[in-house]
Formats: sequence, structure tokens, C-alpha cells
Amino acid sequence: MDLIAQLEAEQISALAKDIPDFKAGDTVRVGYKVTEGTRTRVQNFEGVCIARKGGEGIAGSFTVRKISFGEGVERVFPLYSTNIEHIQVVRRGKVRRAKLYYLRARRGKSARIAEDNTYKPRKPKAGAAAQTQG
Amino acid sequence: MRTGVIARKVGMTRLFMEDGKQVPVTVLQLDGCQVVAQRTPERDGYTAVQLGAGAAKAKRTTQAMRGHFAAAKVAPKRKMAEFRVAPENLIGVGEEITADHYFEGQFVDVSGTSIGKGFAGAMKRHNFGGLRASHGVSISHRSHGSTGQCQDPGKVFKGKKMAGHMGAARVTTQNLQVVRTDAERGIIMVKGAVPGSKGGWVTIKDAVKKPAPDNLILPAALKSAAEEAARQAEEAARQAEEEAKAAEEARLAEEAAAQDEALMEAEADIQADKADGGDTDKKEGE
Repeated sequence: MDLIAQLEAEQISALAKDIPDFKAGDTVRVGYKVTEGTRTRVQNFEGVCIARKGGEGIAGSFTVRKISFGEGVERVFPLYSTNIEHIQVVRRGKVRRAKLYYLRARRGKSARIAEDNTYKPRKPKAGAAAQTQG
Repeated sequence: MRTGVIARKVGMTRLFMEDGKQVPVTVLQLDGCQVVAQRTPERDGYTAVQLGAGAAKAKRTTQAMRGHFAAAKVAPKRKMAEFRVAPENLIGVGEEITADHYFEGQFVDVSGTSIGKGFAGAMKRHNFGGLRASHGVSISHRSHGSTGQCQDPGKVFKGKKMAGHMGAARVTTQNLQVVRTDAERGIIMVKGAVPGSKGGWVTIKDAVKKPAPDNLILPAALKSAAEEAARQAEEAARQAEEEAKAAEEARLAEEAAAQDEALMEAEADIQADKADGGDTDKKEGE
């Protein structure tokens, strides 16, 4: 393993984040730390994950879209951000695209995503475990 | 003024900080950065250290350089560079510099050879605006415009920004902050980008445009010094352990002595009691 991959694997294991298995189309609730003055609180941002970028590595990020007061709002979160308290999967969606940018042009009924009832938890990869150890 | 170091650019990554910030960092690695020669005022008229880094095959090193390395008693080096230092900050030949040379938060200047772009147009090379997309412009949308005046001066001035070779030149990026160092693996992480491609050689120096910090290690963070410190710490630890052991032994001996004394006293008491008892017995017997 090259040095960069090793440093990233070390950082991922040091951050010890519990990232659930989710993909585009899933509805997720992200607890994001907000600092107001001196005190911090956790703000939830719940919406449809419309894109995953950068893979599972330290550079990975995902985009969450929700409709807030009739206005579409999108936020991009780094997967391993220390500002993220938790990521919860609320609902599994059935989609045929990796990037759901078409949802931006849709409103209401046509912007719905069918629920995926056949979700199976992914088996942890043997390689992934070895990577985090290295 | 103290020496800089030669490092290899490994690549870029990001660090997530405790306060939620993420910092883009370039990972630079020291690879056997050793002093190969000194420049002294008597011989050369100035003071500097010549450093070498990386491992080169002896077979592929020229005879002249092999002699140079042999005189310094160091293994053949891949990359050499000279750093001007103040006379009091000269380092002995053969000393190896560690990544602790720089501390977290310090500002450094990093120099390297930028990535070559070949023959580049004026838009890419000098950020010219190019010509318009329409209004009669034909085939020259990315060209530079006029290059001068008319019959007077009748020439293009020297230094006119035009298309030409770009990149593959020595570039210095100033005031980069050191984010993290790891002496064990020889890693220095600086915030932001540094010139050159991955695997390229760069030189790191203390920032010239910032006041010198007070906690700089002078003349340099040396491996021999680190080893000496580690050895001393080990010795001190061993001495402390020995002292502790001796103290423990002394305490045990004292305790044993006290016990012995107590035992003797007790025995004496018993003897005395016996003697007393014997006396009484005798008295009773009489």
C-alpha cells in the first residue's frame, strides 16, 4: 500500500466513524454539529441522498436533497467530517441511477422514489477489514 | 539562518480536525536526508551545508560522485542541494536530519520543479483573455491580441508576454503552514499545494517572510541527537529503576532486620518468660 493510502486508512480508523451502508435514493438523516457562539448543538438534515462521490475513502462525500418550505435545498457532506454526529438511513429507495440529479427538475408526485423492500445488509468485505488494519 | 531539508512529494490528502475543519495537505517525506559536505569561509568564502537525500545505486553513480560520498562516509544519494546557513548553524558531515526539524504551525517555503506544460498559449500561460467568440473573430479566439505599437518603435519589446514554453521551472511556494510531522516515518504535512509532480524532489526552508519563531531547533533536528536523547532517557529510566530497586531492597532489608529484631526480642521475652516460669516452677516445686 502506498503511503497516502496508508495515512488515509490510519485516519479513517482513528476517526472511528460508524457510516451505514447507503446509496443514492435512500432517505438519510444527518446529524450535523452547529456552533452558535460558544455552545454547539446537533441539527438534523433529513432528505434523499441524490449522489455519493469519491467512494468510501477519506475524500468521499454525499449530497442530500430535501424540500424546505417549497424550496429545494441540497447539502453536500464529507463522509468522514468531524462535524457529522451521525448518519441514519430512514428509508431504502429503489432507483436505477447512481446520481439522481433528475430529481431537481421534478416536483411533488413525480419526485417520489419507490421503497426498496428487498434490501439486504452488505457483508463486510474481507479486503476492507484488512485495509483499515494496515 | 539554519539549514532546510530535501524531501520527496508523496501526494495530497486531507485531514479532518477536531473542530470540524478539514485541511488539504501535501505529504512530504524525508528519505535519508544527510549532510554530504560543508562549505566554510576559509575554503569557499561562505558557509553552507550540502545535503543529499534518497538512495542511489552505487553502480549508477559517477566515479567522481562516488569519491565525494566516500569522503563523507555516506551512502550514494539521489538528490543533492546546498543550503546557506549561519556559521554557528553548520552541521557535521554525515549527520541525518529528521522531520522534527519543523514544528506544527510553523511557516515554510517549499521549492520544486513545476509540472511541465510544453508550448502553451497566452491564455494559459499569462491568463490573457483571448479574443471574442463572435463579431468577426475568425480562427483566433484564443490568440493574444496586439503585441505592440506601429512603425515607431517598430519592434516588439523584450519581455512581451506571448505564447511559449510553460512549466518545468523552479517555483517556490511561500508561507505554507506545517500541519503535522512524523519523525518516525519522516513525514512533513504542509497545508496546501507545493510545486511539482508526485515523486518529485522539493526543498523545504523556514519562511523568509515571517519572523523566525523562538522554538526553532538549532542548528537542526538531528537523528544522532534524537538517538542520544533517547539513549539518555533510557539510561535515566534504567537508573531510576535501579534506584527504585535499591530503595525497595533497602526497605525489604530494613523490614527483615526489624522482623529479626522483633523475633529476637520475642525470643528473648520467651526466654525470659521461660526463665521466670522455671523460677516459679522451681519455687512451686520447693
